[in-house]
Amino acid sequence: MKVIGHVAVNVFKESVRDKVLYNLVVFAVLLMSASYLIGELTAGQDVKIIKDLGLASISVFGLLIAVFIGIGLVWKEVEKRSIYTLLSKPMRRQDLLVGKYLGLVLTLIINVAVMTAAYYAVLAYFQAVSPANLRESWPAPATDPALLKAIALIVLELMLVTAIALLFSTFSSPFLSAILTTAVWVIGHFNQDLRDYGATIPSPLAASIARGVYYVIPNFSAFDVKLQVVHAQAVPFGYIGVTTAYGLTYIALVLLTAVIVFSKRDFK
Amino acid sequence: MKVHPAAWAALVVLFAAVVGLQLIQANEPPLATPQGVSTNLLYVHSPQVLGRATLSFHALLADIYWIRAVQHYGGTKLSNEPNKQYDLLYPLLDLTTSLDPYFDVAYKFGSVFLAEPYPGGAGRPDLAIALLQKGLRTRPDKWELAQGIGFVYYWWLADYQNAAMWFNRAADVPNAPDWLRPLAAVTLAEGGNRASSRVLWNEIARNADADWLRTQATFRLKQLDALDGIDFIQRIVDEYRRRTGVPPASWDDMMRAGFLRGVPPDPTGTPFRLDSATGRVTLDPSSSLNPLPSAEHPL
Repeated sequence: MKVIGHVAVNVFKESVRDKVLYNLVVFAVLLMSASYLIGELTAGQDVKIIKDLGLASISVFGLLIAVFIGIGLVWKEVEKRSIYTLLSKPMRRQDLLVGKYLGLVLTLIINVAVMTAAYYAVLAYFQAVSPANLRESWPAPATDPALLKAIALIVLELMLVTAIALLFSTFSSPFLSAILTTAVWVIGHFNQDLRDYGATIPSPLAASIARGVYYVIPNFSAFDVKLQVVHAQAVPFGYIGVTTAYGLTYIALVLLTAVIVFSKRDFK
Repeated sequence: MKVHPAAWAALVVLFAAVVGLQLIQANEPPLATPQGVSTNLLYVHSPQVLGRATLSFHALLADIYWIRAVQHYGGTKLSNEPNKQYDLLYPLLDLTTSLDPYFDVAYKFGSVFLAEPYPGGAGRPDLAIALLQKGLRTRPDKWELAQGIGFVYYWWLADYQNAAMWFNRAADVPNAPDWLRPLAAVTLAEGGNRASSRVLWNEIARNADADWLRTQATFRLKQLDALDGIDFIQRIVDEYRRRTGVPPASWDDMMRAGFLRGVPPDPTGTPFRLDSATGRVTLDPSSSLNPLPSAEHPL
């Protein structure tokens, strides 16, 4: 456990050295400039649009970090040949891999936490400056705590993307890993269509295959409740619980696969 | 490595040149668009395709299409083009509400500005109703959408039978306000009248969640006040005519005869116009309340 912790902290420090946290500045500037500008363009829908924009930005920035840092986690060590030094120490391969994963997850969580704080600060500003009659017309207050449900599921989605990127980085080049991870993420968003595919095709076999793929491919659309929270629609804790269990189980599956692949890899 | 001072100077000069050239470019007259080529472009019309292509960013894209719809409407309305084209208004609102079916204000926007007669709006009450019905299929719990359909039938189509039916349907929705049922009854019994119109616009003004909708309702209420004002002044003019046998040549005649203390203004402060030949009182052509509801759209 201690080894995993050391590796994780080092991954976080490395990401800070690599100026990954600069994206927070971009996020803050984007949100603040958008807040200032969109009031003129949106015919009174500024709070809704700031909520949408903030959640989408948290998701996109997190996704970029998860994919582009995740794909280099193992590859960089191999490319710099530091993997030999690392593996010569009293450290198991799975500790290195899990440590790398947790380090990037820590980076992501800190990123998302800071972005969330900035997001709520901007929304609190809107809450404070909006007249009472306008506030009454909102489906929920600007600083609605329910937004945190969407952010929590975004974090879970990013954790799964990170695990997938890490898996690909254990056996493939960064370029290919980026393409594969992005492809899985995109296909994962079309998952609902695979489920309904049977209704549109005559072949029962093709329908069964599509349904089988639906159960295997990660269902990323399940983590998306942004629309619901912005409109103050109910997102039951039961749904969040099942989705969290699904996400964590899938992460465990992908990490275990990554550990097996990595443990079989020959570094001679 | 130390940067040579000349490099800094070159950087400043190049930056100034870029900004300067952009200023010159901005002052150039815009290039003419070839005849028959429209700049109103919508690359993707299918909500289904767009919904799939946006992955988990439906809401953000809906916002972008909403901003485009508002800009398209505002830009077209304010343009000096003799042939204003609102052709993208419905597709943009359709995409907005397909990507985000809970975007209530987009339905309301459509119900007002798609239905408004050309050139103030698209002049397509049928599309306004279609948009509201689409919203109602997704949100059967929103009485405002059913009331919006009734409103389009009432205000823009003068179809009081259908208007009353939709007001009743809105009243059937749980938590609908009390005033809908009497409004439906009055609409059915008396057709359009100013009192019913005033109730409708007052409710819209009171419950509006957007400034543009409140402004629209306030404008319509002022139009109703103007109609009341015209009726009131017309009665006085008719009385003058009855007593003198001729219509007044001007407001001064009315004031001299003691019928009025001053020139009567409409709710915007612009004086009413008196036709000396017929004795008819109307809005002055310069009044911002023009055009008033007509025989085609009585109330």
